[in-house]
Amino acid sequence: MLEIKDLHASVEEKEILKGLNLHVKAGEVHAIMGPNGAGKSTLANIVAGKEEYEVTDGSILLEGEDIEELAAEERAHKGVFLSFQYPIEIPGVSVTNFMKTAINETRKAQGLEEMPAKDMLKKIREKSELLDIDRKFLSRSLNQGFSGGEKKRNEIFQMAMMEPKLAILDETDSGLDIDALRIVANGVNKLKSEENAIIVITHYQRLLDYIVPDYVHVLYDGKIVKSGTKELALELEEKGYDWIKEEINA
Amino acid sequence: MELKEKLVSSFLAFENTVDVDAPVHDIRSQAIKTFEEKGFPTKREEAWKYTSLNAILKHDYSIFPKEENALEFKDVKKYFLYDLDTYKIVFIDGQYSSHLSETTHDKIDVCLMSSALDSPKYKTVIDKYFNKVAPEDGLTSLNTAFSKEGAYIHIPKNKLADKPIQIIHFSTGKESTQLLQPRNLIVVEKNAHVQIIERHQSLTENPVLTNSVTEIFADKRAFVDYYKIQNDNEYASLIDNTYIKQQAQSVASVHTFAFGGNLTRNNLNFYQKGEGIDSILNGVTIIEGKQHVDHNTLVHHTEPNCESHQDYKGIFDEKATGVFNGKIIVNKEAQKTNAFQSNNNILLSDKATINSKPQLEIFADDVKCSHGCTIGQLDEQALFYMRSRGIGEKEARALLMYAFANNVLESVKIPQLKQRINKLIANKLGVSIGFDL
Repeated sequence: MLEIKDLHASVEEKEILKGLNLHVKAGEVHAIMGPNGAGKSTLANIVAGKEEYEVTDGSILLEGEDIEELAAEERAHKGVFLSFQYPIEIPGVSVTNFMKTAINETRKAQGLEEMPAKDMLKKIREKSELLDIDRKFLSRSLNQGFSGGEKKRNEIFQMAMMEPKLAILDETDSGLDIDALRIVANGVNKLKSEENAIIVITHYQRLLDYIVPDYVHVLYDGKIVKSGTKELALELEEKGYDWIKEEINA
Repeated sequence: MELKEKLVSSFLAFENTVDVDAPVHDIRSQAIKTFEEKGFPTKREEAWKYTSLNAILKHDYSIFPKEENALEFKDVKKYFLYDLDTYKIVFIDGQYSSHLSETTHDKIDVCLMSSALDSPKYKTVIDKYFNKVAPEDGLTSLNTAFSKEGAYIHIPKNKLADKPIQIIHFSTGKESTQLLQPRNLIVVEKNAHVQIIERHQSLTENPVLTNSVTEIFADKRAFVDYYKIQNDNEYASLIDNTYIKQQAQSVASVHTFAFGGNLTRNNLNFYQKGEGIDSILNGVTIIEGKQHVDHNTLVHHTEPNCESHQDYKGIFDEKATGVFNGKIIVNKEAQKTNAFQSNNNILLSDKATINSKPQLEIFADDVKCSHGCTIGQLDEQALFYMRSRGIGEKEARALLMYAFANNVLESVKIPQLKQRINKLIANKLGVSIGFDL
């Protein structure tokens, strides 16, 4: 699904990713953990196509195709989805109409007809129920005045609507209480299939109790320095990151 | 010859075309003197600091429109709000077009200024209202001096205009260059209601200058809902002088959609004369190229317990320039006034400019007055967010701009008009996405 090879990237001349490698196959869930400033969000944003980062070396392949030159919207059309760590407030655009526009623009790019209004409404109803989202909520301005938890739930609702091939969840657990965390994780699990892949970026092992990863990677100083299975996450939770830093510096 | 001299000397010729014995003619004669004395405004005047008329006054305008130039409805249909049943007062090169119009004298009068000025039937209304709120500045006096044609709308007490009224001015450019000076009088008596949509449309690449004056009288509890669509071509300039006098508990709102034209200046003035009045001024400006739009507003609160609400949004691209000058005067007697003003702007280019200036003169001590002004760019984070959901860059920008102006658009009370304005915006931004947000 996703193959990142020797990725170097910088922002304003500062190198943040320093030769990162990651291989995610369809049907897999990967967790990326690591201390603050390691480059986790940078990785997420680069894969999604944020322009302020400069890729200086390496490649990003989605289903074998180099997507590095593609604009953010073109990547979305190919099935890349980023659940934002800090979802943006957009006054004047309702959740429903944002999704309608997003889905229809994506369909247009894929050479499909616009989705009939009836199907769209049905899909919106289904997916909002999945995330336990109140209908009234959908006619509000996107993210405006939403609580932290509501914003994150709304991100996963958008994921459910877009049905991406590759979803990157950037600290989706932050700001969620345990009930909201369960709802969100349950939503994500329902969306998981053999055809798609999920990358979960998190600080804490907590979310991984609910979204169980096939692989866990530690990102430190712009590189994946350690990979393992879900037991690695437990170990990190228990011992922190210092032992990894020591291991590397040794 | 300078335009001013040409205009003054043309007045004699103009007198040959009107009834010089009518009382209105004394007003015209006085007005030409005032214009001769004051002339056109210059940048030395504070209210014209950011708008220069020099370039547009250089053309050799023909002052008297010649014969009527016919237009077929099918050729100009798109400028009408055609999917809505309305009265229509249509002018082509300043002359009334009966062919394109639909007027009425059934309970309400929706007709022509020329017939109102000439006919004894309208004498009491003309005597009572004509030129009674328009001030004696140079441009308004110039219009008054040559006032002859325009829309005349009279809604008597307790009557409701049963459908909206469209006032449309076409210029066809069969003359090389035209100076048009429509004069509108709108009298809405006690408890009466009216909705009006006004549009100026040039169909030529010859320069056109319109110096329009509209006087509106809203009597007690009257309701006036006025929409100005300014989406003209880049050779047409418009100076719109609108004066609204409101009596107690009346509600008057003016929406100005400025989407195009060479130079557009809106002098929009509300004079409150009673308690419990609400004045609403809303505007959306979206311009590019070298277009210039200047909103100069005045709300004068003279009595207690009144409100005014101003909300102007501007989006400026390329080398477009905008001006917002919003003046609010609250007299000493006008306690418990609520006066709000907000002017928000987005500059899409380094070369676009907006000059925004609130001007509050408050002499009462128990009032709520607020004003706010913002100037910014489109939010890059929001753009990335939308693009990451598959919305193309152009569409994402359009959606953000539309959302920015949305609360003003939401306040348009005629659904077909709202839809049309949405379409105008989509065309302007070059996108085909629906904006039914």
